[in-house]
Amino acid sequence: MPLVRTNRLHKHFGKNHVLKGINLEVEEGEVVAIVGRSGSGKSTLLRALNGLETIDDGTIEVDGTALVAEQGDLRALRQKVGMVFQQFNLFPHLSAGQNVMLAPQIVKDTSKEEAEVIARSTLARVGLEHKFDAFPDQLSGGQQQRVAIARALAMSPKVLLCDEITSALDPELVNEVLMVVRQLASEGMTLIMVTHEMRFAREVGNKLVFMYEGRIHESGDPQTMFANPATPEFANFISSLD
Amino acid sequence: MTYQFDFSFIYEYRAMLAHGIAYTVYLTLVGGTVGTLIGTVGAICRTWDIKPFAGLYQCYVELFRNTPFLVQLFLIFFGLPSLGIRMSEGQAAILAIILNVGAYSTEIIRAGLQATPKGQIEAAQSLAFTRWQIFFYVMLRPALRKVWPALSSQIVISMLGSAVCSQISAEELTFVANFIQSRNFRAFETYFLTTAIYFAMAFLIRQSLNLIGRYAIVRRPLP
Repeated sequence: MPLVRTNRLHKHFGKNHVLKGINLEVEEGEVVAIVGRSGSGKSTLLRALNGLETIDDGTIEVDGTALVAEQGDLRALRQKVGMVFQQFNLFPHLSAGQNVMLAPQIVKDTSKEEAEVIARSTLARVGLEHKFDAFPDQLSGGQQQRVAIARALAMSPKVLLCDEITSALDPELVNEVLMVVRQLASEGMTLIMVTHEMRFAREVGNKLVFMYEGRIHESGDPQTMFANPATPEFANFISSLD
Repeated sequence: MTYQFDFSFIYEYRAMLAHGIAYTVYLTLVGGTVGTLIGTVGAICRTWDIKPFAGLYQCYVELFRNTPFLVQLFLIFFGLPSLGIRMSEGQAAILAIILNVGAYSTEIIRAGLQATPKGQIEAAQSLAFTRWQIFFYVMLRPALRKVWPALSSQIVISMLGSAVCSQISAEELTFVANFIQSRNFRAFETYFLTTAIYFAMAFLIRQSLNLIGRYAIVRRPLP
């Protein structure tokens, strides 16, 4: 059974039909890259997967927790789905360590001591154990994004959503974040990422999803898709990147 | 100029002056603290549009921000007894100040809460925080930090405005000054001294609030 499954997912923004019946299946340990032009619905799809966008029709199922349009237990779903954002969104009044400790403490009732152990080990996973006491404004963009990844990992999510997590970074900082993601992928973390890093999607992804006008237009093995685009739209998309 | 300044009354009335100062400080501290708490609750209700409190708060805020403090005070002290609610002048004074600070601070704190970047709320949601946890752990401290200077000014304004409470014989500093002046007829000296005391108190309150803001709200370990 797939870890994540969406069934006929529909979403409208006013008259704008953004998601037109998305059926997506993600197996445990899979690394899925969602690509497409802006406005194709890829970010909306990702945000729907942990309830940041409500859905108008269809269902989302993550590890047995189902979310039906307009109802369902969002918080139960969100405990299984971690998310990392383009703009990092660290809490500015808390240190890196406190940012990571907060959710285990207040959502999972973990003791402070235990939360600190978790925070130190997740910060170590992203190579920032020495920045435990630093505040977000004392960190570079790349470091902030790695703390944000650690913050999501501290909740031991089943799947991690990454919404263009390198798009707000200076070019020289992109790699340190991608290296962390690459390492997570090699450790077997299930990842769904919206990205513009095609080379990364090709090298690290097991599955590529090309979205076009609110639908999954083409999906499959990244190597094959890049080598032999099945649709003219995807061929167009990849040729426009060079 | 033949006028002879005479400040000797200070010693004679020292106990009374001390009482007036203490009373004004009491009105400011209690009014400021309780008013700010009322304002925080109001800001939550209005930010999240919690019915029916959001609407009630809006009426309350509009009522108190668009009427003179003196009239609010008179309504509470002289008006309410007609409805069977009787208060001493001290109770009426503190109630009026609390309600006044509450109304203004509701709007000040609401502005701070609304300035929370949407991304931070989404980050907290994606970590499965409840609405209250988002408010308490994510929004409140940065919001208070942002609006602290405005809130401090409002509390100082309330301290200065508390002089109006002398009109219902609440024994705060201005009441004491009027009393002394009516005995010694030394209007200039009495009100000059009163001015100086208010100025000093405003300065001290502002500085204390700055310190509270710096250490209690913006506190962070040294790098």
